[in-house]
Amino acid sequence: MIGIDRATLVRRGTTASVVLLVLFLAAWEWGPALLGVPHFIVPPMSMVYEEFFRMWKVNSLPFHTGVTAMEVLIGFALGSLLGAFIGYLLGISPTAEFALSPYILALQIAPKVAFAPLFILWMGFTIYPKILVAILIVFFPVMINVLTAVRGVDPDLINLARSFKATRSQIFWKIEFPASMPPLFAGLRIGSTLAVVGVVVGELVGGNSGLGYLLAFGEGQANTPMVFVTIIMLTIVGGIAYLAVILVEQRVLHYMPARAAVGY
Amino acid sequence: MIRLEYRNVTMRFPAAHSQPVTAIENVSFAVRDCEVVSLIGPSGCGKSTLLNIGSGLYSPSVGHALVDGDAVEGPNDHVAFMLQKDLLLPWRTIAENVILGAEIKKRDRNASLRRARDLLAAFRLDEFSERYPHQLSGGMRQRAALARTLAVDPSVLLLDEPFSAVDAQTRIMLQHDLAQTLQRAGKTALLITHDLLEAVIMSDRVLVMSPRPGRIIDEIRIEMPHRDQPLRRRQHGKVGEYVTWLMQRLDIGQSALDEQAAAGPA
Repeated sequence: MIGIDRATLVRRGTTASVVLLVLFLAAWEWGPALLGVPHFIVPPMSMVYEEFFRMWKVNSLPFHTGVTAMEVLIGFALGSLLGAFIGYLLGISPTAEFALSPYILALQIAPKVAFAPLFILWMGFTIYPKILVAILIVFFPVMINVLTAVRGVDPDLINLARSFKATRSQIFWKIEFPASMPPLFAGLRIGSTLAVVGVVVGELVGGNSGLGYLLAFGEGQANTPMVFVTIIMLTIVGGIAYLAVILVEQRVLHYMPARAAVGY
Repeated sequence: MIRLEYRNVTMRFPAAHSQPVTAIENVSFAVRDCEVVSLIGPSGCGKSTLLNIGSGLYSPSVGHALVDGDAVEGPNDHVAFMLQKDLLLPWRTIAENVILGAEIKKRDRNASLRRARDLLAAFRLDEFSERYPHQLSGGMRQRAALARTLAVDPSVLLLDEPFSAVDAQTRIMLQHDLAQTLQRAGKTALLITHDLLEAVIMSDRVLVMSPRPGRIIDEIRIEMPHRDQPLRRRQHGKVGEYVTWLMQRLDIGQSALDEQAAAGPA
């Protein structure tokens, strides 16, 4: 980005984004009618807007959104913690990695969303199968990023700490753990969006609450605006999760050069 | 008084599908108190291996290293090392980087920070103590790394090409800073360098190593004053002689000179 300072970049980028949004909304509102696309295929924006308020009053949209958000939050938090824990464990213990990697690889290759029906068979139409799918789907990017980061720590940094007579625990907490933070947050960013996918798949497969349930309900009613509203709400839930990760990342990785830390 | 000594040190590294590789063989030398000794030799001759043995990170296959008379059996408080890479931790401020060793050794944090500030002031980095490494230039980062090495107050400094990653002008200034610091603090140092001029202007003695397996094949005493002022030493009349002698011992450029001689006068 030669010759453009950051303030100019932000100003120009924001203007371009707003212009794109206005064009998109205008195309959505008037495009289908101009092209002769029926409302049950692509409803105009105003119809989706009206459907939003109807769903808010009639279909308990806030309740279903809250359920999905809670499942995303719990699934993401537990999946991240588990992924980070296993990633660090495998990273600092070559024996553990050697012993567990074939099983982890097999689980990684298996499509995680395919476990949703199984979890519902086990746990019924509760929130737990949805959370479990989210945990499973969030676990891998976080674990792989942490494992790669711990394994990729510069050996000279480890030797530097060793030359100061650092214990294994000190090497982990003073070198390996902080060094793994940028890749950990990269994994958390991916995990935050995947958590929404995991929860929605769980809700689609079975249940009577959450945005996934509303999605299936809208499809069954051939209510296209309802499907649109649900997709938008899911995007908002995923967006909030992603932004929350970014905000925490900016606080934790405050020492990074600005461009690298923002990077989204 | 001898600070650092290598006695009949041989180091063999296991190889996956062949015989063990002998990196260094039967190396013996000593570095006296407040002395600066440079180690030069072709790439792969085992110079860094010797440093790692001295710092206790490697155990030699045969022989042993001694620091202050005690056999080195692992990392110890007497020795600190500095590498070509500054190895500053990006998540720590410069002051926090400087106290890393003291923190690991669980020394008093306030006293360590006071010492860190003194060292940073000595290296003209006091304004940058609360900055992060990416906010400093390459030369400033190397000075901060040197401050970190000195912060644990070692009696012996092991320096592995500490200035090879910086530009020529910065290197001259860093050489000056290091020489002054070693003199002022009365430290003993073993310096690895590929720069023959640096070896001559920074040291009391230069040890020349053979290609692998590395052995000490020559020892040259630098008979020039002002070891603490490498800038003055650069202008000394004998510098060229020493560098030429080291080039001959390392067979540097001999083939090109032979070709020129064979071609006759231009």
